[in-house]
Amino acid sequence: MEKKSNTSSTGMLGWIDERFPLSSFIKNHLTGYYAPKNFNFWYLFGALALFVFVIQILTGIFLTMHYKPSAAEAFASVEYIMRDVSFGWLIRYMHSTGSSLFFVVIYLHMFKGLMYGSYRKPRELLWLFGVFIFLLLMAEAFFGYLLPWGQMSYWGAQVIVNLFTSVPFIGPDLAEWVRGDYLVSDATLNRFFAFHVIALPLALAGLIFGHLIALHEVGSNNPDGIEIKDMKDKKTGIPLDGIPFHPYYTIKDLVGLSVFLIVFVSIIFFAPEMGGYFLEANNFVPANPLVTPDHIAPVWYFTPFYSILRAVPPLFNSQFPGVAAMGLSVLIFFFVPWLDKSKVNSIRYKGPLYKKWLSTFVISFIVLGYLGTVPSNVWGQFYIAIPIIGGSDVATIVARIFTATYFLFFILMPIYSRKDITKPVPKRVRM
Amino acid sequence: MTDENKKIDLNRRKFLLTATSITGAIGVSAAGIPFVSSMLPSEKAKAAGAPVAVDIAGIKPGEIKTSEWRGQPVWILNRSDEMIKKLDNNKELADPDLKVVSQQPKYCQNKTRSIKSNLLVVVGICTHLGCAPSPKLLPKGDMGTEWEGGFFCPCHGSKFDLAGRVFKGSPAPTNLVVPPHKYINEQTVLIGEDPEGVA
Repeated sequence: MEKKSNTSSTGMLGWIDERFPLSSFIKNHLTGYYAPKNFNFWYLFGALALFVFVIQILTGIFLTMHYKPSAAEAFASVEYIMRDVSFGWLIRYMHSTGSSLFFVVIYLHMFKGLMYGSYRKPRELLWLFGVFIFLLLMAEAFFGYLLPWGQMSYWGAQVIVNLFTSVPFIGPDLAEWVRGDYLVSDATLNRFFAFHVIALPLALAGLIFGHLIALHEVGSNNPDGIEIKDMKDKKTGIPLDGIPFHPYYTIKDLVGLSVFLIVFVSIIFFAPEMGGYFLEANNFVPANPLVTPDHIAPVWYFTPFYSILRAVPPLFNSQFPGVAAMGLSVLIFFFVPWLDKSKVNSIRYKGPLYKKWLSTFVISFIVLGYLGTVPSNVWGQFYIAIPIIGGSDVATIVARIFTATYFLFFILMPIYSRKDITKPVPKRVRM
Repeated sequence: MTDENKKIDLNRRKFLLTATSITGAIGVSAAGIPFVSSMLPSEKAKAAGAPVAVDIAGIKPGEIKTSEWRGQPVWILNRSDEMIKKLDNNKELADPDLKVVSQQPKYCQNKTRSIKSNLLVVVGICTHLGCAPSPKLLPKGDMGTEWEGGFFCPCHGSKFDLAGRVFKGSPAPTNLVVPPHKYINEQTVLIGEDPEGVA
């Protein structure tokens, strides 16, 4: 192999480097970007999320070639993609499965952040970028879900847009403005299409870029939560516990990617609807503004938040508290960097209190997620109505309890993170 | 690390790198097939390209009927005896002997470019840049005194005779296309399918 320095000024690369910082870019962000050597399983999901993003963009472009964003033609054009377009079914299933797996990967990526304190100083802005990406991703998924123009698309959008109605004073006008009509209609579909295919992907790409720039500025965190930049080789200035991202982590990520792809294609080929969780049965019926399905449930990745919406009882004859709680359940992630008052970053050195609360949060999230997929009378009723909070559905009461614990994880964080008995943090990372 | 670990087998590394890259490239190319393939005409488009049956009973000698096949206009011209006779007189044709064989099926490789000498079936799209020529079936008129009847493309002035053969000096390089067609019975022509026994 030829030996070339990164600042070679000969040949094609040299010609480019005099005009564009190609070699220095590769050096700064790949071959010379030192990441902690102790990354574990959880550190695969960032790269996987980026990969799924690319899949969604790519398959999305090809779907747009055949899809028709009009109320009269949308449903039929999706069926046309499934039946008539060469490999259309595959491209659509890649897109629909990709959207679900995007959330799987993002939720695991966020869980990693909560475990290892990746949001803590100096990574607050990195975390904020991430929460913004999560927020836009939810909007992107919501807009996209209307496009097939099935019953669940239609009524899901109807319900969510109607949430705006509950905003005090301007609510009804706001909902009308969002829909561009008095009900979800052709105008709504058209604008949701515009948001889904250009506005949000563009914003997402920008935010992902910012997320990566912020990451490379402050450096990656690691399962020990130890700053590898504090222990550098005196001669070279390279962190003692750092290894170049390329080739070490590109190869590791490729292994993770291979496993991910096995899961991904297995779903595409054997269970693209995932028993109604990825593609809901009612969405195989064309949208009908005159008939509401018996049970409207969002896709699984929205159900924890949807559960919170349903769990909060109306106050003063207004649905707004529920809507506000749902909004807050997402927005509260923005505050995590300033809620955590612990002395240490990683769960490895945090005390039992944090572990208990994080577990409570994960259980709350999963239970709320399950309850959001089923009708609120799924577990039957209590014999007597519960006073004050009202309602007697068992599932509703359970959802209320877990809504409370969901929020308490955040609200009490300043207290329990300060009180927690932490372990001493070593100077160097462990494998 | 022991010294043994420090020795890097470059050949082995090169082999692994090449093998991985080639396998990866094959995988990516294979994954690309569905995407490229999805841009081909769909089953629906293919179905819309199926043969079209056209009723020709009502076309009197000297009259023309426009039908549609694969989204293109197809003319069916019932030439009168006089019109057929005139075909022999046409000089100044760019390709009178139908040397460009792609412009008509084998069974129309004849003087009248047709199966039945009176009935011309031809795609009404100019071979120049795809405009739609206008039938100017009658001699003279607004086409000048030399005009013996034929087709005229308004876009760039290509002229064709009543067998769809292009005149010299026209921008169109070839004769008009005769689509595959066959007669199901005396009144019906099926455009888009060859007669039986003819490839």
